[in-house]
Amino acid sequence: MLVVFGVTLFTFILTRILPGGAARAILGSRASPPEIAAFNQENGLDLSLPQQYVIYLNQLIHFNFGFSYRLNQSVIGLVHDRLPRTILLLGISTLLALMVAVPIGILQSVRRNKLEDYFFTSVSFVLYSMPPFWLGLLLIIAFAVNLNLLPPVGPQGNVDTYLSDPSQIAGLVLPVAALALTTIALFSRYMRSSMLDNLVQDYVRTARAKGVSNVGILYRHVLRNALIPIVTLLGLSLPGIFGGALITEAVFNYPGMGLLFWDGAQTRDYPVLLGVTVIVAVATVFGNLLADIGYAVVDPRVRIQA
Amino acid sequence: MSVRATAPGELTPASSALAAVEGGEVQIAGSAWRQASYVFLENRLAVAGLAYVVLMVLFCFVGPFIYRTNQINTDIANLTAVPSPAHLLGTDIVGKDVLGELMVGGQTSLEIGLTAALLATTFGVLWGAIAGFAGGWLDQVMMRIVDSLLAIPTLFLLLVLAAMFTPSLPMLIIIVALVAWLVPARLIRGETLSLRTREYVDAVRVMGGSNVRIVLRHIIPNTIGTIMVNATFQVADAILLIATLSYLGLGVPPPSTNWGDMLSDGVSYTYAGYWWLIFPAGIAIVTTVVAFNLIGDAMRDAFEVRLQKR
Repeated sequence: MLVVFGVTLFTFILTRILPGGAARAILGSRASPPEIAAFNQENGLDLSLPQQYVIYLNQLIHFNFGFSYRLNQSVIGLVHDRLPRTILLLGISTLLALMVAVPIGILQSVRRNKLEDYFFTSVSFVLYSMPPFWLGLLLIIAFAVNLNLLPPVGPQGNVDTYLSDPSQIAGLVLPVAALALTTIALFSRYMRSSMLDNLVQDYVRTARAKGVSNVGILYRHVLRNALIPIVTLLGLSLPGIFGGALITEAVFNYPGMGLLFWDGAQTRDYPVLLGVTVIVAVATVFGNLLADIGYAVVDPRVRIQA
Repeated sequence: MSVRATAPGELTPASSALAAVEGGEVQIAGSAWRQASYVFLENRLAVAGLAYVVLMVLFCFVGPFIYRTNQINTDIANLTAVPSPAHLLGTDIVGKDVLGELMVGGQTSLEIGLTAALLATTFGVLWGAIAGFAGGWLDQVMMRIVDSLLAIPTLFLLLVLAAMFTPSLPMLIIIVALVAWLVPARLIRGETLSLRTREYVDAVRVMGGSNVRIVLRHIIPNTIGTIMVNATFQVADAILLIATLSYLGLGVPPPSTNWGDMLSDGVSYTYAGYWWLIFPAGIAIVTTVVAFNLIGDAMRDAFEVRLQKR
């Protein structure tokens, strides 16, 4: 909760240090001093800073994230259409990434320092070190331009049709793949080291001494323990995944929060920029909170300490 | 891109080994350093990464003196020329030699990466060490600031800042550093919490050493392992961040160029088939970032005594 408070304080400070002040940023550089004074009075900008902050907080609590003068729409209205699309993109790609990365991590830990391990390690290193926009564009070149299999743009229009209309699903494939690939690189590295940490634990030796088969040890004991840190990792990597979504949406023209934010950055639409930042930051905080709770659910040791 | 924040307890690398060497002040020639560099040099991948970085620096900064190209004027007679003996990697859309541009652009990329990492690490380390050493309400306030900023995804924060402040080269370095100092601050604070209770801190205090002296001469030097590992990753991240900013249209303004600019300019001609505008810059970014990541990984192994095979 304190962190949410801190985030809002920070975005509040950002709105106040806008070049030329908030009024000039919104009314344009040709606004006359009387116009600016009127605007300031109308929006309470002539009050003291603590008073302004209280007003700002009050607006946020009532889901008033500001008004985009450029698009002539409230930020919450803009977000309302786009948030479900981003959640869809994030959800599918993160699930996919988990489903691929966990088996890869297991394979790597079992075949440590063998050919498979080196192969996946190098692949994930390259994916991780690649500018994310380039990865997306390479996918477009390969699958949309050269092979002509999939559309190079993400699905447009109403989010309800994304999973029912075949052409929309085809449009989802490349954005999801681009986002999932970078996440897979990260997750499989963690899965590998988490498995390796657990393989040397005493309980593995005990299980082996009791006569449990190798497969049994791997799946019944090691895997269950190795998955615990992944829960935390999910929470921790949320900011990174949001960032990835921003780039993916920009590359594939996928009309979600990231694209909205990017457009806002290019047109210097400060209400949109700061509104989306607050929303994303609060989402991150809650994501971390969920991860902590999830961690307590899967790991009884945490519950006892807490 | 930012999940390298390892649990604080996990990263107490050199501290114990280093502390054992002397009374708390790190001697550069100490055996811990020798041991760490030995482990580092044993890792062939890391040595390859280091060699590659050195090579890249030579390529970018010494290369232009050997491979002389005109990077100032356009050459309309030779637009997007296919690679040939005259232009080893072809020319770009205004007729500049791509190989030469790669060198000059690399200078900017490396300069931004290294300076931003240096700035972010210095600031983050000081912040974390002060917070951890002071403790109490100051620590609480300082770390809540870090937590709040960490909650905003890096790229979003970066774009807000880049949109608000007109990007110039120094401004971009500051912006990247502004979003990058948080992780080292947190790591160093965690280490400081355990270091400040060590006997040698008491010893310094008994000898009349000031708090400033304890932090600067004893605590920070003992976290050098964490600092260096993190700084290396910072360089890799900064190079990637700048490339991404270039693509998103908020990068270094022309005429200055960097690998990210070259790559994002090149990909707008994807359909025209000018592969030499895309792949040299892209590969330069990927390989350099991989190299820094390899070095960082190996340094982590080298300093993390716990993981070493004994």
